[in-house]
Amino acid sequence: MSSSLAIERDNIRKLFPDTFIQARKSRIKGQIIFFLILIYLIIGFFTLDVVDIPKKWKPQNAAMFVLDTYAHKDHVTMKWENPDDIKIAFEGNYRSVYGRDNLDKSIPEWFYKNSDNIGNVIEFNNQGKAILYKDRVEIVNFPKYERDFTIKLNTNGKPYVVGSEDLAKDDLKGFRITENRVEFRPTLHERVQVYPKKVEIHRYSIGWKYFWFDFSSPLEPYSFFEALGLTFSKERVVPEMSNLKLFLTEIKDNEAFMHGRVWWAMLETIVMAVLGTMFATVMALPLSFLAAYNVTPIKALRFTLRRLFDTLRGIDFLIWSLIFLRAFGPGPFTGIFAIGFTDTGTLGKLYSEAIENTEKKQQEGVQSTGASKFLQHRFGIIPQILPIFVSQSLYYLESNTRGAVIIGAMGAGGIGLQFLGALGTGNDFENVAYMAILVLAVVIFMDRLSAWLRRILIGTDQLIVR
Amino acid sequence: MSKALPANLEQIEVNLKKLTNQRTRSSLLGIAILILVFFSGTLVSLEANAGSFSRGIANFFNYPRDLFIDTFEMGWKYWPRVVKYIPELITTLNIALFSTSIGFVLAVIFAIFSSRNLIRNKRVIQFTKFLMDVTRSFPTLIIAMVFLYLMGKSSLPAVIAITIHTAGALGKLFTEAIENCDGKPIEGLSSVGATWTQKIRFSVLPQVLPLFLSYGILRLEINVRESTILGFVGAGGIGEMLAALIQWNYGADVLACMFLLVGTIIALDYLSAYWRHNLIGVNQ
Repeated sequence: MSSSLAIERDNIRKLFPDTFIQARKSRIKGQIIFFLILIYLIIGFFTLDVVDIPKKWKPQNAAMFVLDTYAHKDHVTMKWENPDDIKIAFEGNYRSVYGRDNLDKSIPEWFYKNSDNIGNVIEFNNQGKAILYKDRVEIVNFPKYERDFTIKLNTNGKPYVVGSEDLAKDDLKGFRITENRVEFRPTLHERVQVYPKKVEIHRYSIGWKYFWFDFSSPLEPYSFFEALGLTFSKERVVPEMSNLKLFLTEIKDNEAFMHGRVWWAMLETIVMAVLGTMFATVMALPLSFLAAYNVTPIKALRFTLRRLFDTLRGIDFLIWSLIFLRAFGPGPFTGIFAIGFTDTGTLGKLYSEAIENTEKKQQEGVQSTGASKFLQHRFGIIPQILPIFVSQSLYYLESNTRGAVIIGAMGAGGIGLQFLGALGTGNDFENVAYMAILVLAVVIFMDRLSAWLRRILIGTDQLIVR
Repeated sequence: MSKALPANLEQIEVNLKKLTNQRTRSSLLGIAILILVFFSGTLVSLEANAGSFSRGIANFFNYPRDLFIDTFEMGWKYWPRVVKYIPELITTLNIALFSTSIGFVLAVIFAIFSSRNLIRNKRVIQFTKFLMDVTRSFPTLIIAMVFLYLMGKSSLPAVIAITIHTAGALGKLFTEAIENCDGKPIEGLSSVGATWTQKIRFSVLPQVLPLFLSYGILRLEINVRESTILGFVGAGGIGEMLAALIQWNYGADVLACMFLLVGTIIALDYLSAYWRHNLIGVNQ
């Protein structure tokens, strides 16, 4: 059986020698290309320092970043020289101190007097407690810890853990002890730091607190829906304005999440993308007719326009936005014109190719009725290319939304710049996450919108090329 | 005139008129919406813009003119400057090429796991599609800035950001390509008892590979632009150099960088059109 197969194979080889040699040639070619790519990847691996990723990747930083995007923290600070004055502040912000105006009401419930009536207890979310005394800090009741700890200052004024000499290293896990600081951080959500001058405790909770109403807002005690319900009641929360107005202004002027500014910036970005694409479409439409050989007989004009399109496209929107930034200053006009100029080139090229690919017969049909040149184009070409135009423009609207974010970050304003600012402060990562989610939502929304418009306008949501 | 027509023709005429009216109405509505969007957008821009529109138009040519004057004053000494920035350009190209290659591989994996004709499990398809949607929708700049913050200044954040975005963007196109490919070779291989990997290797891949490469080359062109932009926020390469030069106001050097960039982009544009023409025989 196998020998007969082998004979058969040899016969076929003899019959079609070219086919097999060709196949082997192309296979070898493929292998060579594959190896070249492999070699490049190895070179790239080293020239771009990909090997350094583990060195540069600081898990501590990343964990803090991620933690701060979904959690908030309260700081409790006690100075050793004045142990009665304990300050509790949201995110350590000096403008958001609990209990500054009326002490009893707004001190959070996790801060209370100990049963011995001397110490002050900070209860963490995992039931662990830190108790502040005049001369020591006690750490009690932490899950997974068998013993309690006491941190004191020694005679030189440096903090130390009482009895730490007798404890094994394993018992002290979660502690980081240096000369001037004792830090206790069993998990990311609890942190007790003792310095020679003060004690600072960070208590993390999950969620974006003050997302709707900020710390000092009169609506802060209410949840979003409670506040929404209040807008229908006649009793005014604040005598100066109606509840509805208060509700809207408090959300808009939220200090923590800056909804008003962020949404305005988002609007700017969307305006950049929409008007930029409109500008490009309006510019490219007539120019593309002039650049198509079946409409314009003058070769020099066509050639000039083609090169114009190439240049507009080749000067990337990066460079356009730099030029316009100098002229218009930061603002949407920079973005509109940068997007508009680049896409005039892109759309002009695509449109003129579409025009050149139209069926000649329809135009001839219109011509046979004695219609003028203009009417021939109006009724012979435009109906054919309109779906392509719409499809292309909408497609670019979608990608320009992303582009507008980028132009914004380079100085034109909008959400890109806000994002850069929030990241630059180094501790407002919940804002960073909020804006990232907002951008993601808007980009996906524009994506769906353009697909939906394509579907109702031209019947398919795919990009039509020709 | 219409009286002479038979009844059914009259009906046709009525219907035609109705349709024409409907069309006109919807076109007018569309145009009205567009005009509304235009004006409200302009109002927003006028309010948000720092400088006024008319002054901006008047100043438009100032900056390019200054750049050219700076360059002209240098005379022949200018050309060594252009050469000086070529290494920076190569860094940018390197970032783009490397991350496109890695992203390409990831995209192929994504595409295989999200194609209806290769995977039967709907959950897997939905999950992969969702993953692609998310990676595709984040602007590279945002990913890059976050990683720049976490890892410090280097080219790596740019590589990571572009790779992630490329994987999503190419993955979507690849999925469409795989789903649109001819099902008969797959059936043929199933009939001789080929395994799943063999089916992909010998029936799907040969059909879609030219298309994949074509999309990949197009993406490379886009990624060169992207990596330049990421340079602006500190990811190295010619973008970072350009940002610094603009800040120092070295007009001639700025123009040199711009020349290099525009030259590269136009060259890549033609090159990619040529390659793709060779690969799949059409320009698109």
